[in-house]
Amino acid sequence: MSVNSDAVSSEEHAPSVARSGVWSWITTTDHKRIGILYGISAFFFFLVGGLEALLIRLQLASANNDLVSAETFNQLFTMHGTTMVFLAIMPLSAAFFNFIIPLQIGARDVAFPRLNAFSYWVFLLGGVFLNASFLIGAAPNAGWFGYVNLTSRQFSPGLNIDFWVLGLLVLGVASLAAGFNFIATIINMRAPGMRLMRMPVFTWMSLVTQFLVVTAFPVITIALVFLLFDRTFGTKFYSPAAGGDVLLWQHLFWLFGHPEVYILVLPAMGIVSEVLPTFSKKPLFGYAVIVYSGVLIGFMGWGVWSHHMFAAGLGPIADSVFAVSTMMIAIPTGVKIFNWIATMWGGQIEFKTPMLFAIGFVAMFVIGGLSGVMHASPPADLQQTDTYFVVAHIHYVLFGGSMMGLFSGIYYWWPKVTGRLLNETIGKWHFWLMMIGLNVAFFPMHFSGLLGMPRRVYTYPAELGVESYNLVSTVGSVILAVGMLVFLYNVIRSLRRGERAGNNPWGGATLEWAIPSPPPPYNFSVIPEVRSRLPLWREGGVSEIPASPPEPIHVPGGSVWPVLTAVGIIVIAVGAVAKSVPLAIGGAVLVLFFAYRWAFEPFEM
Amino acid sequence: MTHHTSTGLDSRKIAFWTFIGSECLLFGTLISTYLVYEGRSVVGPTTREILNIPITSVSTFDLLMSSLAMVLALAAVSRGDLLWSRIWLGTTALLGMVFLGFQYYEFSAFVREGLTIQTNLFGSTFFTLTGFHGGHVAVGVLLLLTLLTRSFQGKLGPDRAMNVELTGLYWHFVDVVWIVIFTVVYLIQTG
Repeated sequence: MSVNSDAVSSEEHAPSVARSGVWSWITTTDHKRIGILYGISAFFFFLVGGLEALLIRLQLASANNDLVSAETFNQLFTMHGTTMVFLAIMPLSAAFFNFIIPLQIGARDVAFPRLNAFSYWVFLLGGVFLNASFLIGAAPNAGWFGYVNLTSRQFSPGLNIDFWVLGLLVLGVASLAAGFNFIATIINMRAPGMRLMRMPVFTWMSLVTQFLVVTAFPVITIALVFLLFDRTFGTKFYSPAAGGDVLLWQHLFWLFGHPEVYILVLPAMGIVSEVLPTFSKKPLFGYAVIVYSGVLIGFMGWGVWSHHMFAAGLGPIADSVFAVSTMMIAIPTGVKIFNWIATMWGGQIEFKTPMLFAIGFVAMFVIGGLSGVMHASPPADLQQTDTYFVVAHIHYVLFGGSMMGLFSGIYYWWPKVTGRLLNETIGKWHFWLMMIGLNVAFFPMHFSGLLGMPRRVYTYPAELGVESYNLVSTVGSVILAVGMLVFLYNVIRSLRRGERAGNNPWGGATLEWAIPSPPPPYNFSVIPEVRSRLPLWREGGVSEIPASPPEPIHVPGGSVWPVLTAVGIIVIAVGAVAKSVPLAIGGAVLVLFFAYRWAFEPFEM
Repeated sequence: MTHHTSTGLDSRKIAFWTFIGSECLLFGTLISTYLVYEGRSVVGPTTREILNIPITSVSTFDLLMSSLAMVLALAAVSRGDLLWSRIWLGTTALLGMVFLGFQYYEFSAFVREGLTIQTNLFGSTFFTLTGFHGGHVAVGVLLLLTLLTRSFQGKLGPDRAMNVELTGLYWHFVDVVWIVIFTVVYLIQTG
């Protein structure tokens, strides 16, 4: 099926498809391989961010500790936050978007395979660029939300913030390109009969996420451009002396930042909505309501940003409006929670590892959600702002929430990706270590926060009375680290001698389980016709998919231009950090040149 | 090649509309910032002292006419009329370049009169907003010149009209953004 063509597609023969070797991975446009690349890279960055967290925790284990200096500590917490948000959770979700969405909607690839490769390479090189700042001792050091005027040239004269601004601008390019691609894919590449309201909830939540990405990222892009211009060209956007307002940054950042929270958690909600029915042997309770709640969360996510700014003094009207909208967004979230519980209710529950992580997600996300509703009240929030209470909240939502959901997805789809199962016993060890570790690490932060432990201080006096809470948190982070080692052992063991998985090891209902594990390059031997929302659970829910293709299938060749275009973009960023106009212009020329080669390359799907 | 898609539309068109939606937020942020900061500069020159409405009206008219030429270019390419598709594509690109020329003239006049991007809030917001728009026009001109070249290479028949249609979508969008900028920056001065 050739559903789409590029500007020119038939002048020469498409290059032959190499299926092995490093070069074939660098030039790949196969959504499954790009998904695997996203997964490996994001997991690597997740480990880097985790190491940063361990160092932070070791430094805070006792009062007046001097394991790391104040400056190093600033870099560690800034890069921990930035890495986990932009280089770990978002791209781990992207790994699932890539691998799973085309399979769930019955497509042979995404709408724009080369744009997909481009997104991946921009993300990877952007992540490397951001972390390369460590090599010259100038990692970003002003917190993951980079408030001006702390980030203005006056107070941050070094290269640290330049790396941060340009790194995030580059990563934004990757996210935006992927956003356009997946919206087009989900809307336009569905197999016959795969109506919108038959789409699996993971695909639905991904669609909402992509809409948030393409609307939220332009806002931070401009906020970052203002900051870049202020720092580089001496503009006055954030300069109070010239009549500017530092609050402009806060508004623009959180206008992006709150939709971003849902960008981080909606994919995990989608994963959990796949896993719970499969292991409860029951259809998802209230499918339509879950979908509509997800869409509603997407809309309402745009109307709550100022709850991050209650301490800024916006006045009673703004505070009240945002308090109410923030409390209201808990409603669709709560609806989902009850739907998930109702899905399990009366089901024949199998406590396999993916299911444990999914249940863990629901439980932990409830705790994170409850503390979230607590900060929705401005008087309470004024006590909690910039304390460890907020750190506890964000970690219950993003670690207990997003990461638990993503691990559920890793265990659930691992057999589809690799053809082998992860070990259940080791998986359960991993789950319990994570569950215990995260509660030991993050629950005491509620108390230390309310007792007055501020965020982002490299040490604290013993008189503050929070030393024992901090020590417990540190112990928890070590338990989490052990859990990660157990997981890595499980991964290596599975790749070497894991039990073979058939097409459908869990008895799942959705299309990806109808094809072999791992899927062949063309995914579906014939494009299936879908007749049910639960195609594999309903008699005749999907047309027959033969084991081998009845007629030869053209699989598109790879392309080298996406990765080269991505390199050009990094050259621009390096030129901007180095304040080298020739380098930046050279990068732009490279981007232009490679983009033209890309546009006029024969590439047929 | 067959074009089977769920909606019957070309996927590029869907992606392009999404892209334009995203661009609305980009320019929305720039324009909002301009409006929020309007009248808050602590030193001059600002709007009334420096903006030249008659000249900008001419360049606005020029850009509007380029949209007309774009429509005619698409029609010509769709019906396979080589001569007129080249004339109209060339005209659109030329009108785009004329607009950029006006912008160059305007920017250099402002600099001569003592307004740079560093002078005050008005300078920072004005040059960034209109500069972003000018950058978009420049990209559009590049796309149009590419299409023109493809036409001269004999590779822009009616089967590739979608390429012209997508460029047209972009071009009209950039034009609409200018209408907004012209209105809120030049015509309705509150600062």
